[in-house]
Amino acid sequence: MIRRGTVVFATALLAAAGAHAETMRVAVTTSFHNSGLSDVLLPAIARDLGIDVRLLVVGTGQALRLGRAGDVDAVLAHSRAAEEAFVAAGFATHRREIMYNDFVLTGPARDPAGIAGAGGAAEALAAVAESGAPFVSRGDDSGTHKKELALWRAAGRDPEGFGTWYRSVGAGMGATLNTARAMNAYTMSDRASWLEFGNKGDMALLYSGDSSLFNQYAYLPVSVERHPHVKGAAARRLEAWLASDRARALIDGYTLGGDRLFTHNARVE
Amino acid sequence: MNEILEGLVQAARLVATLDRDLIEIAARSLRVTVTAVVIASALGMPLGAWLAVNRFRWRRHVIAVTNALMGLPPVVVGLVVYLLLSRSGPFGVLDLLFTPTAMIIAQVIIATPLVASITHQAIRELWADYHDLLISIHTTKSQRVRALLWDGRRALLTAALAGFGRAIGEVGAIMIVGGNIDHATRVLTTAIALETGRGNLSLALGLGFVLIALAIVVNVLVHTLSRTERASQW
Repeated sequence: MIRRGTVVFATALLAAAGAHAETMRVAVTTSFHNSGLSDVLLPAIARDLGIDVRLLVVGTGQALRLGRAGDVDAVLAHSRAAEEAFVAAGFATHRREIMYNDFVLTGPARDPAGIAGAGGAAEALAAVAESGAPFVSRGDDSGTHKKELALWRAAGRDPEGFGTWYRSVGAGMGATLNTARAMNAYTMSDRASWLEFGNKGDMALLYSGDSSLFNQYAYLPVSVERHPHVKGAAARRLEAWLASDRARALIDGYTLGGDRLFTHNARVE
Repeated sequence: MNEILEGLVQAARLVATLDRDLIEIAARSLRVTVTAVVIASALGMPLGAWLAVNRFRWRRHVIAVTNALMGLPPVVVGLVVYLLLSRSGPFGVLDLLFTPTAMIIAQVIIATPLVASITHQAIRELWADYHDLLISIHTTKSQRVRALLWDGRRALLTAALAGFGRAIGEVGAIMIVGGNIDHATRVLTTAIALETGRGNLSLALGLGFVLIALAIVVNVLVHTLSRTERASQW
């Protein structure tokens, strides 16, 4: 934050000084923010739209909760079922898919459960369960947590019945990775948070690439009908910008350690 | 061990280069907490003194509750203030959520019982000494409270500094009501939580050392300006 932030701050200040600084609040998930992509997109948004986007970085569960209460103007989340329920309940007018990245399975580099050669994500998780090696779960109702639970279901297992090797920490991605490292445990992370994580120790990325680890991000403008005070016009302009070719170039062109992180897949309406 | 040393190096680097983000969040930390402590003192000190000089039926219980509230969990305070200030809450129209004002409100709630309790302890001792004098010259209750607060001002300084100490290092409440928004509500403690979450432990620790140094500077400054702990003064 400090290193890269200085440049971003300077740019943001210059941009804000020139434009009519309209502010809007967007709840985003930790995985999006940890990737560092927001440091690229926010100054561009300030320049192009004159909107000073203020990010509330929380889990998907809390992000949707903030949207439901009308405390933010829009939500960027990655948990389709929860998002569709959010729209169905009338808290957002619609759900716009913007981009995707993927989840990865990490663990101690010596891989005691042997998940590196697994045939699929569910199979890899089943191998962890069989070996009894510790596994740290987010346990915080975030998009990543929901995805993990879906994968356990796909593997025919129920975390409710797991023994002490399954540790639900109820924390954000970074805190969970810190815990997993300290416990020599397996865990599931979005790729961006993993690449940005600075305390890897002898942890390694052991399994990725299965289509079931696909992670779609969607934008949800909070319903003006439900919450008349939200900045509906700004939220619409931001949505159009996120779906634009300009955002596509920035998102597709963003790399971390040489790896491309996100793929823009918003459809133009 | 290595990371603690790295943290010290990071702290020195941030301070030496006058890192712009660091100055911004440190200044915000100070502004929020000092404002909160001033308000908490304005509320807590008269309350503490009033509890010392007044005798009423539920006095012991009120004092016990005030003392217990010193241990108020910040995260619960944060949650309650969030629910009150949320757009769906009773004070939502004020649009205060995720602003420094919301953080100040939470910290006032956290610091006031501490200030009131310490004030009460100090003024109670003083009241024992002053009791006969203040009664014999027919002072009103508010005159007594004012006289005691003034003569006990050095002890009150401790009360205010204790409130400052509790508020400046607090993260649970301001994370919820402030939201840790970059360039809006990010302060030292929430930045530390953020960097820990990113696994940047040495940077987090560096910010922690800056926070500790800031608290020491404020304490030394207050003591110097108020000329306490000098040979002839107590």
